[in-house]
Amino acid sequence: MSLDHAHTPAAAVADDSIIGAPTAVSDQPKETKTVQIDSHSINFGPQHPAAHGVLRLILEMDGEVVERADPHIGLLHRGTEKLIEYKSYIQATPYFDRLDYVSPMCQEHAFVLATENLLGVKVPDRASWIRTLFSEITRVLNHLLNLTTYALDVGAITPALWGFEEREVLMEFHEAVSGARMHANYFRVGGVAKDLPAGLDEKIAAWAEKFPKFIDDLEGLLTENRIWKQRTVDIGIISPEDALAWGFSGPCLRASGVAWDLRKSQPYEKYNELDFKVVVGRNGDCYDRYLMRIAEMRESVSMIKQCLAKMKPGAIKLQDHKITPPTRSAMKHSMESLIHHFKLYTEGFHVPAGATYTAVEAPKGEFGVYLVSDGTNRPYRCKIRATGFAHLQATEKLSKRHMLADAVAIIGSLDIVFGEIDR
Amino acid sequence: MADETALPPIAEIIASLPGVKQVVLQNNELLAYAERDGIVALSTALRDHPALKFEQVMELCGVDWPERAERFEIVYCLLSVTLNQRVRVSVSTSDSAPVPSVHTVWPVATWWEREAYDMYGVVFAGQPDMRRILTDYGFEGHPLRKDFPLTGYVEVRYDYERQSIVYEPVKLTQDFRNFDFVSPWEAMTTLPGDEKAKRS
Repeated sequence: MSLDHAHTPAAAVADDSIIGAPTAVSDQPKETKTVQIDSHSINFGPQHPAAHGVLRLILEMDGEVVERADPHIGLLHRGTEKLIEYKSYIQATPYFDRLDYVSPMCQEHAFVLATENLLGVKVPDRASWIRTLFSEITRVLNHLLNLTTYALDVGAITPALWGFEEREVLMEFHEAVSGARMHANYFRVGGVAKDLPAGLDEKIAAWAEKFPKFIDDLEGLLTENRIWKQRTVDIGIISPEDALAWGFSGPCLRASGVAWDLRKSQPYEKYNELDFKVVVGRNGDCYDRYLMRIAEMRESVSMIKQCLAKMKPGAIKLQDHKITPPTRSAMKHSMESLIHHFKLYTEGFHVPAGATYTAVEAPKGEFGVYLVSDGTNRPYRCKIRATGFAHLQATEKLSKRHMLADAVAIIGSLDIVFGEIDR
Repeated sequence: MADETALPPIAEIIASLPGVKQVVLQNNELLAYAERDGIVALSTALRDHPALKFEQVMELCGVDWPERAERFEIVYCLLSVTLNQRVRVSVSTSDSAPVPSVHTVWPVATWWEREAYDMYGVVFAGQPDMRRILTDYGFEGHPLRKDFPLTGYVEVRYDYERQSIVYEPVKLTQDFRNFDFVSPWEAMTTLPGDEKAKRS
């Protein structure tokens, strides 16, 4: 942190003694008034552990109170949208893992759904169930990271140590299906890359049995913790009207009392066949945003169990080999399959001209893809609606007249990941 | 493409609002083409009309169509949480004509307008904060324009001798290769020799 000005004595705007500055301006007419305020700006980040990545937040302070907050973003800008315009649809999918690297599969989901929407195809049942299952696993994965690092920002270390251990178990599930812990590239246009390996469903079921106990333990550390409540209750309150106007979605919007969940209101995949509750907060403060995520993890565990129970064996991708690759074994003896494979991985598939805005309920909120196709094998335009982009913009509104330390709690509660915001 | 019979009932209400040129259904999504100068009044109407109630703008982005007379398209993706409906509003603009800013209707639009300005150079009239947002401090050009090269113009590195960051023109050890994998049977609209034939 750097202080632009040295501390001047506590603000004394109305103090008569400092009206008419004593230095430099002494030869000016007496009517000149110089009002001295104690303001200085602080560079919060880009190298600050509580900035959740590379956020450069310029805070204009009045003593220890935040007057203005100006987030400077883009330090992690990699030009993903530009790169996607130069890649085929198949090559574009892995970029989505690298946006919000805390919830990779949910972002892939938005892109493959948008592409499928333009292609006008529907994936087989089992693929749909697997996607729903892994969307929920990813949601728990995301919330575990957010809640525990949020607690870390506020001063609690234990939740992070416990939570990361649990996360590792979930990333093993990711690894089991896709071969990668984080950058899965598992959801593909037309289905998923591979079927679940043998025995994975039992492992997930066993995990789902014991995970609620972990949530209880985590809650035991935080929910009624005096320090935690002092730091989060009534901090960064946002009303439902403001939350809507500032483009909030997901847990941050529900914490303000708006019962809005895309899984419920505009169901995709198999969410209309699942039984789950939309958890809604009341106060819209940092504490409610924490409670939302805890409750969502419980709902996710129940959804994971339902997915496992309802999933039936079957095809995991479309059998249209213009869109999905043929099996390895088919390629060994079928000329047609070999040609399909070659064409698919060089040229890719052509998507009919058109445009779509497709959104999913990612763990952080609404994650959308505005995809424009001009009929070729590459997206003409792919705009990524990053959830955190809208949330971060409201930092100034949320942290105004709060203490500096509260700004940290507010940023933590918004669940910000820069891979997604900077794109 | 646009099937007039399948239009949902709100399409008529949207079509009757001032500044709307045409309402179509694209991939089951409602899309309204609007006049650029009336966008603020239209946005206010879309937000406040009791049968529309689009409280949220979920997305605001630019698209570049260099071959069009007005090359940029600005797309607003609106969402109504209370009535559970979506609509996209599209206006067109050129690189000199400013689009009225809708940040007074939805405050969240500020950053998206900054991004559209950063990426395409579209100016938003009435937007008090028209700084770049995602690109580097002092960046020149608008990277998502179709005529901006994928590799950009400058590269940045740390110079140990000068003890500072230096910007230099991009040096590629190999030219950027933009492979055209599209099958010649599909991509080639005029076959070799066809250009000699006279069109009757």
